[in-house]
Amino acid sequence: MKAPLFLARASYRRRRLRDAARLLPLVGAFLIWLPMLWGKSDSTARDTGMDVIYLFVVWTVLVLAAAVLAPRLGGDEPERTVTEDEG
Amino acid sequence: MPFNILVLASLAYVIFLFLVAFVVERRAAAGAARWLRSPLVYTLSLSVYCTAWTFYGAVGYAARSGLEYLTIYLGPTLVFVGWWWLLRKLVRIGRQQRVTSIADLISSRYGKSNLLGVIVTVICVVAATPYIALQLQSVTLSFGVFAGPTADGWAMPDRDITSIWVAGGLAAFTILFGTRNLDAKEQHTGVVTAIAVEAVVKLVALLAVGIFVVWGLASGPADILSRIQSSEIAEWQMKPSRWTGLILLSAAAVICLPRMFQVLVVENSDERHLATASWAFPLYLMLMSLFVVPIAVMGLELMPEGSNPDLFVLTLPLSQGQGGLAMLAFLGGFSSATSMVIVAAIALSTMVSNHVVMPLWLSLRPARAVSGDVRRLVLLSRRLSIAAVLGLGYAYFRLSGGSEALAAIGLISFVGVAQILPAMLGGLFWRGATRAGAVLGLTIGFAIWAYALFLPSFGPDAVIPARVLAEGPFGMGWLRPQALFGVEGIDPLIHALFWSLAFNTAAFCALSLMSFPGPVERMQGAAFVNAFEDSAAPNWAQGGADPEALLVMAQRILGEEEALAFFEAQARAQGKAAYLPDPTPAFIEGLERRLAGSVGAATAHAMISQLAGRAAVSVEDLMAVANEAAQIMEYSARLEEQQEELTRAARQLREVNEKLTQISVQKDAFLSQISHELRTPMTSIRAFSEILMEGDMPADMATGYARIIHEEAIRLTRLLDDLLDLSVLESGTVQLNLGLANLREMIDRALASAGHTRPERRFDIQRDPASEEIFLRTDSDRLTQVFINLISNARKYCDAAAPELRIHVRRKGARVTIDFIDNGSGIPKDQQTLIFEKFARLTDQTRAGGAGLGLAICREVMANLGGTIGYLPGQGRAAFRITLPLRLERAAAE
Repeated sequence: MKAPLFLARASYRRRRLRDAARLLPLVGAFLIWLPMLWGKSDSTARDTGMDVIYLFVVWTVLVLAAAVLAPRLGGDEPERTVTEDEG
Repeated sequence: MPFNILVLASLAYVIFLFLVAFVVERRAAAGAARWLRSPLVYTLSLSVYCTAWTFYGAVGYAARSGLEYLTIYLGPTLVFVGWWWLLRKLVRIGRQQRVTSIADLISSRYGKSNLLGVIVTVICVVAATPYIALQLQSVTLSFGVFAGPTADGWAMPDRDITSIWVAGGLAAFTILFGTRNLDAKEQHTGVVTAIAVEAVVKLVALLAVGIFVVWGLASGPADILSRIQSSEIAEWQMKPSRWTGLILLSAAAVICLPRMFQVLVVENSDERHLATASWAFPLYLMLMSLFVVPIAVMGLELMPEGSNPDLFVLTLPLSQGQGGLAMLAFLGGFSSATSMVIVAAIALSTMVSNHVVMPLWLSLRPARAVSGDVRRLVLLSRRLSIAAVLGLGYAYFRLSGGSEALAAIGLISFVGVAQILPAMLGGLFWRGATRAGAVLGLTIGFAIWAYALFLPSFGPDAVIPARVLAEGPFGMGWLRPQALFGVEGIDPLIHALFWSLAFNTAAFCALSLMSFPGPVERMQGAAFVNAFEDSAAPNWAQGGADPEALLVMAQRILGEEEALAFFEAQARAQGKAAYLPDPTPAFIEGLERRLAGSVGAATAHAMISQLAGRAAVSVEDLMAVANEAAQIMEYSARLEEQQEELTRAARQLREVNEKLTQISVQKDAFLSQISHELRTPMTSIRAFSEILMEGDMPADMATGYARIIHEEAIRLTRLLDDLLDLSVLESGTVQLNLGLANLREMIDRALASAGHTRPERRFDIQRDPASEEIFLRTDSDRLTQVFINLISNARKYCDAAAPELRIHVRRKGARVTIDFIDNGSGIPKDQQTLIFEKFARLTDQTRAGGAGLGLAICREVMANLGGTIGYLPGQGRAAFRITLPLRLERAAAE
């Protein structure tokens, strides 16, 4: 019983949403690590106010994105994509 | 603010929590509390992550290290936002396997090994003890804040007295609501709801202080931003190693901390709640962190030099005369501390009881597994464990003196529990992870953590002598605790995190690769890694367990009613009316999981094994199960093959049968035909011979009659000759006269002979004489006979107005093909296979003599000459092709 190779539109959408949900933490990690690359040029002081605003904006965006994605992922349906590459 | 009011308020708050927990437990028992198990309560209960360390410590952390405190909340945010990767699987497995604690998860994954359970329990207890001490310290300190400056008759109470009251009260609350019953899944509705209430209190308290600071003390966000810029916080340096390391560390801690595992996995009542928590919990964390920097900035600005920044949340409103706000902040801090201690005590006591006390007791008195009152014992051991865990925390608080900065101790504890991460992730995603690898990895990681971080944290000469810290043990510089292998100059925390996790992971992977897992381990590994595939784990049938003994044991653990209900349901599922189901493997596995929900996988496995005698399952048994499956598969493949063969044979039979039926019909037709053919000449012969017998007629008339008789006799002879010829050809006894003959001459001869058939028709014959100059070694008379037959057929049946016949000769290797193509309408497709059969005749209206034996004879002749004759379809006209070898070599013909 192989999973079908091609999917109908609805389940295709849901798979891509799951991909998005998997990508989200990676995007978040990148955005959170980004400030490390700033402020090296002027050694005096960081623009801490800007850092605060930036980090909280990133945080809000992550929360909103997760809130949009979470109800649409369809948790109950048995799904093989997570485990298919393991022996 | 009078101190006694404070004590009263906190007492009232505690009583309120008691009431909440009590009412909820009552309603849950009545089954009327569905809404209490909502995603909101689940999300709020996750807030035990935010302890007093967050509530008080984050401000202090921000005052000392700027925005670095955010890492502690950004790591969990990433984990929750990425719940589809890990948390979903963790929760699913937790529910499937009825996991009771993180030690149970690891032990269950690696073959229900109790050794691993003990190791994880030890790590958790050692790492959590300072953390619990920290909570006691923060509550004690916050009492001190109120007592200190006011001095209205209430002197600062004895710290030790305060902390012992706090520890005792917490122990009482935890024992009361944490060990009320041995739930099947170890869930504590009342406690969880109380925790959720506390989560709201601490969030509201921190937000209230924050709003007061931003809009009360400062004049709005813009003002705060400029104050941040000008304060000493703005001078913090973002160290990439700490920023990265701490985010990873907190991400690991949020899943490995025993109390987080308790609320996240064990107390989860519905997997869908996780979807909500995936965004709601990060939101909660963000709100908790939102006002930390403003409070720190204003505290540094307004509070006198040298005041403890860890207590700004409390002291700042107090110094501004906001007694009510300070009280709210105090209750928030109190909530943070108590919720953490309660959940941690429940989680740790479950581990200690399931992995240390129960196995010890079972090994000391194995017989009592069946007969003793396990239920009471488990509850008792859990209550004692709670007291012991809190006692340890209190002892640590007394011994350490409670002087360090709060943040440091929290992070040290995080690194300790993070050692569980490799074994956990490996167990969830890698089937090759083995028990030996997990044991070694955990042990090495724990040892390095203790050596490089935990023990030095007590200060020089406390546990590790100052000389060892500076020069390494026995003067070995590369083993200095805070500069292992010559790695100097990085932060001690990151240093310890790096080396402990590196060696932990390396040892775990290396030994996993080298060792061979046991059978239970392999089954559990498959069940964990493939948690989303609903494949039943392979069972091995080894009954032998007495269902009654199992019931007795189950009653001791689950309670009488619940055990009976479970057994009855199982019996009904098996189609039995009685209470006792058959001890099938499925039933025993279900029972084991059910028991695991109360006493942990390892203990449940051990108890069931004693009764069911399943302990002696070997790899060979597993292989036998697998072999059986393989045999069945092979057998079914063979069956399929056979079936295909049968289908093929049936198709052939059907074709043959169709042909036979057609032939039989033809034969019937022919019999009537041949009798007719025989009778017509016989009738005329008889009639004319009777006339002749009467005599008395002119001689020329008599001659005419005699000729008719003669011709009819010849026709009869020819018919009989044909039949005779055919039977000789078919029996293969025909004598062939082999010799060299020219093909062109044979065709010439055939054309000349066939010219007698319907001589009135003019045929246009198309030939290529050059291609016909071929010498064949064959029976030329017989071959010519075939030619004649084909040509005369064309003359008889070609229905074109200007008939023509093309004779086309080709040589292909050692064979010759000769095509006879006329321009008639050809033979319909359904007749093409029939024309070579005996007695076949296509149309009744074209009675051209003969009995339909011509083509049948041709086919037999060609078969005897080593060749074939066939109808050439697709030409749009009648076409026959003869193929025969250039040289016929035939033993029978010599």
